[in-house]
Amino acid sequence: MATGTETTTRARLRWGLLDVLVVVFALVPVLWIASLSFKTPATITDGNFIPQEWTLDNYRTIFDTDQFVRALINSIGIALIATLIAVVLGAMAAYAISRLDFPGKGLLVGVSLLIAMFPQVSLVSPLFEIERQLGLFDTWPGLILPYITFALPLAIYTLSAFFKQIPWDLEKAAKMDGATQGQAFRRVIAPLAAPGLFTTAILVFIFCWNDFLFAISLTSTERSRTVPAALSFFTGASQFEDPTGAICAAAVVITVPIILFVLFFQRRIVSGLTSGAVKG
Amino acid sequence: MADIVLDKVSKKFPDGTVAVQDVDLEIADGEFVILVGPSGCGKSTTLNMIAGLEDISSGELRIGGQRVNDKAPRDRDIAMVFQSYALYPNMTVRENMAFPLRLAKLDKETINSKVDEAAKVLELTSLLDRKPANLSGGQRQRVAMGRAIVRQPKAFLMDEPLSNLDAKLRVQMRTVVSRLQKQLGTTTVYVTHDQTEAMTLGDRVVIMRGGAVQQVGPPQELYDHPRNLFVAGFIGSPSMNFLHAAVQDGSLRTALGDVPLGDRIRRELEAADAPRELILGIRPEHFEDAELVDEDTRRRGLEFEAPVEIVESMGSDKYVYFTVEGERASAAELEELAADAGASDFSGAGSNLVTRLSAESAVAEGQSRRVWFNLEKIHLFDPTNGRNLTLHEGRAAGALAD
Repeated sequence: MATGTETTTRARLRWGLLDVLVVVFALVPVLWIASLSFKTPATITDGNFIPQEWTLDNYRTIFDTDQFVRALINSIGIALIATLIAVVLGAMAAYAISRLDFPGKGLLVGVSLLIAMFPQVSLVSPLFEIERQLGLFDTWPGLILPYITFALPLAIYTLSAFFKQIPWDLEKAAKMDGATQGQAFRRVIAPLAAPGLFTTAILVFIFCWNDFLFAISLTSTERSRTVPAALSFFTGASQFEDPTGAICAAAVVITVPIILFVLFFQRRIVSGLTSGAVKG
Repeated sequence: MADIVLDKVSKKFPDGTVAVQDVDLEIADGEFVILVGPSGCGKSTTLNMIAGLEDISSGELRIGGQRVNDKAPRDRDIAMVFQSYALYPNMTVRENMAFPLRLAKLDKETINSKVDEAAKVLELTSLLDRKPANLSGGQRQRVAMGRAIVRQPKAFLMDEPLSNLDAKLRVQMRTVVSRLQKQLGTTTVYVTHDQTEAMTLGDRVVIMRGGAVQQVGPPQELYDHPRNLFVAGFIGSPSMNFLHAAVQDGSLRTALGDVPLGDRIRRELEAADAPRELILGIRPEHFEDAELVDEDTRRRGLEFEAPVEIVESMGSDKYVYFTVEGERASAAELEELAADAGASDFSGAGSNLVTRLSAESAVAEGQSRRVWFNLEKIHLFDPTNGRNLTLHEGRAAGALAD
């Protein structure tokens, strides 16, 4: 018995150490950039992890420039719209895939998987040409469309897994209770799939928010440039200023919405929401 | 309230399997009809077709005199209770029961009063604000029933509603269902695979096998006058004993001795195409310890002696199992019934006989015992098509009928 406890304690210690290592490895860069964002230009290269002189000047600078605020609005708008459309379309497609047997179902799933695996870099040049011809270049739809395209497969996959877990009897019951197909989906199935919808929304939002490749290739002005792209054009308050501090501050600022987004929706992802529907 | 008429209703799936074949059934207004049969007999498909959850391949379905083949479930005004209950887990009990009323766009006050009323009938009032996850199996079952009765539909459909409850609760809920149906007087179609439920609940029972109706009638009639081997074997617990019987010189040679035949049966067996081998069926309660039978009764039956294998004393009577030598009765129906009971691979040598003897019987395991059985209650079946030969104008007449 004694040896048993000893092994578990030691195993726990070993695993704990490993966990700490992973967390440190993941968080140190984030903390570092946060620390840089609070440093004055004079102390930015002093190599201290904790700033000697605290300042909020970097934040003031970026919010004073139109460039960053505009990019932030673009980012939020584009990511939200793309997420909304992708989740709605994805939910409908996933519902059909999980419930119906229609010809070409295998093909549809296969093609969506194919799109998800396609290297985006190879599509950037043709997309650039197409969007220029169609007048979509450097517009919100010009970014929203490719985002939806690449986010949909992800949405369909996650959501169909969630829909498959919902007992089919519930839908039949709703129909017997007098619901149309649409009412059954909206009032019974969708609320139960809510955790799946939120999970998918988070994943899609993060994908859109973090994208740099499309943002830099398919935009040319502040009109539709998102934050990740705008950061690369960052110069600070004046051309002659070193923008490191400002870039760090901007990086911190664009991380915050993601954290908020995840924290907010995480509360909605309650496992076992479907318990009690059927026997068990 | 309405009657339900199935007119040659069939269900054929795209892959060619026929799940339900030409079912003719008239369910009167307010009647409680049970569809029963082994798994895969088409009873649930039939129910789903009445509900509208499954398309009807051919034939006509009329509810309240109106053809509803092409109507969506919500336009048929019938409620259904599912085996899995199918409660909406995101809604409270009150919301669950109010759901059909809200869809029907009733005003809030009416909804509340109707829900409260239904909750009172089913003793759910104290649970109205709970979520289904916090209810016991029996309570969930009651909520499912409540959701069905709350909008006073034309008919109730129930798909094995009690099969997920434990044995004791099931017996209790059976009376609840029965009382509720009588109280409301709503036409009810109830699907089950449990013949006890079928016997105890329904006004009429429909026995199905392989998508076809075998026999329709009140439970006692099915029990006493089974039309064929399948019905005889399916109804009754413990089930009817089946023995191989060979026709020889106007009597039947069986493992229990030579059974004399009455004129009517004999005439029937003299026909050129009559079977030479039969299956003899006797229900357990038609046996009796020979010592306890008086002289008068003795003449109406036959006696045999066999070794006692097991005695199960139930208090009110004794179930005694005998082993008898001789060929086993064999027919497709019997194999199907054994497979449904999960006993297809369980077969000893010779035949087993289940008898229900009086509690006063001094029978003991290991000894040999003289047992009497009633010839008037015997059924004879044609093993090729399962037909009950003793049935005369719908009544079983035993082996001795003239």
